[in-house]
Amino acid sequence: MYVAVKGGEQAIANAHKLLSEKRRGDQAVPELEISQIKEQLGLSVDRVMTEGSLYDRELAAIAIKQAQGDLVEAIFLLRAYRTTLPRFGFSEPIETSRMEIQRRISSSFKDIPGGQVLGPTYDYTHRLIDFALEIPDNGNSETCRAEVAAEAIQNAMPRVADLLLAEGLIEDEATDNDRRPVADLTRDPLELPAERDARLQNLARGDEGFILSLAYSILRGFGASGHPFLGEIRFGEVTVELVPEELGFPIEVGEVSVTECIMFNRFMGSATTSPKFVRGYGLAFGHCERKAMAMAIIDYALRSRELGERSEYPAQDEEFVLFHSDNIQASGFVEHLKLPHYVDFQADLVLMRNRQGEFRDGKKEGRDERELEDEKAAKEAE
Amino acid sequence: MSFSRNSFTTKERQKWMSVLSKSSCQELEGAWQGISEKPDYRHLRKPETGIIMVRARAGGSGLRFNFGEMTVTRCTVKTDEGYVGCAYVMGRDHRHAELAALFDALLQNSGYKLKILNMVILKLKESREKRKEEISKKSAATKVDFFTMVRGD
Repeated sequence: MYVAVKGGEQAIANAHKLLSEKRRGDQAVPELEISQIKEQLGLSVDRVMTEGSLYDRELAAIAIKQAQGDLVEAIFLLRAYRTTLPRFGFSEPIETSRMEIQRRISSSFKDIPGGQVLGPTYDYTHRLIDFALEIPDNGNSETCRAEVAAEAIQNAMPRVADLLLAEGLIEDEATDNDRRPVADLTRDPLELPAERDARLQNLARGDEGFILSLAYSILRGFGASGHPFLGEIRFGEVTVELVPEELGFPIEVGEVSVTECIMFNRFMGSATTSPKFVRGYGLAFGHCERKAMAMAIIDYALRSRELGERSEYPAQDEEFVLFHSDNIQASGFVEHLKLPHYVDFQADLVLMRNRQGEFRDGKKEGRDERELEDEKAAKEAE
Repeated sequence: MSFSRNSFTTKERQKWMSVLSKSSCQELEGAWQGISEKPDYRHLRKPETGIIMVRARAGGSGLRFNFGEMTVTRCTVKTDEGYVGCAYVMGRDHRHAELAALFDALLQNSGYKLKILNMVILKLKESREKRKEEISKKSAATKVDFFTMVRGD
């Protein structure tokens, strides 16, 4: 028998107190400042903003501190916070072609207008632990100073894809009806089949680990029709423009840093379309290169339906991908199992006891029958 | 209203509003303290923080989609001379939005306009460009210089 009980308030309150002590850690160690997280854990901040789907470096840093560095928890905090704010409107589409570039590489063409700019990257590092960082104040030394070139790099670098566009070798994307309503997953639930705007929004907010593993599955052969090429990846700042109702003209409200990735994929054509390259697109707040690349690979994989290609693998299945990509929904569902399920489990317990009893009885009967048959057979043989 | 419609163009206003939103609050505060005759004003809309949805285009140039949100703070002020200044600035800093709105109002007043354009806007713009150039030069130093190895006979 199960009797419903209430309680746990004191335990919960004390658990939260214990948590704040734990979060603070050893009091002899100086407390983390938000500016330190913003400045020195910038890539964590970027990931939290991307998947929290809210650009605010300071908020993301506070969330990281509050969550003790648990980034999914920090993302949750950001998502919860945004629901408390009014929405003033929608920006004009950002112009990534006018990005103030800090990094831009292509692995499809060696010589590209504007050149290959490596920027601040972990590529080509040896991934050896740098024990010099163990010593504080190392950050003030000469080793933490960047080289400065005589001339600035060219901004508004042309897109690598445009090189192919001139030859008609790549699908032209520059067609959009400005009156077309744009899907918004923060207002309307996801519906299937999902159009590309809804898919891109979903992937942009999606969990990096999930999207990355799916992209890996594609590359390993679960859905790839040849491997994609990195057309271009660029990182830098873009201006955000808004048309406030009361003004009626666009104004610049600030700059956000974004990572953009364009992948080239082979599309072998259909009865009506000639073979050409097709773009996969990835975009993330801040510097989230792995995420942007994985997103670009999955964007293309999910286009199989509209391109008339066979879709037979998990990464091409939009229901599978889009309904499992959100780490807040996913952790909510998985972690709800920690909440009391006493009644549900009682039901299962009763069920299992009964089934076990039936099994035992049935087994006994079964053995008896077999034994009888064996005896019969033995007698007949005699 | 005491100003003529021709005292500034929308394009001019867009430019100074851009400089005001992209400058830091400290910079604006410093510039504001430097103004000797500050006008009286009242809020038509008190500083208020909200979000805007940032849109992007698939492939960088195609289909629009909702990329993610950002925090924005807005404010509208009216000076005693009747100029209405408006600001939408990134982030959650109420004072930043208020100062940007105040400067927007002052800049519409031909009595202040030239002085503030030269003393404030131009300076802010230049210091920002200098910062940007520094960042860009550091990236420029990471540009790959390809060369071809010439193999011996």
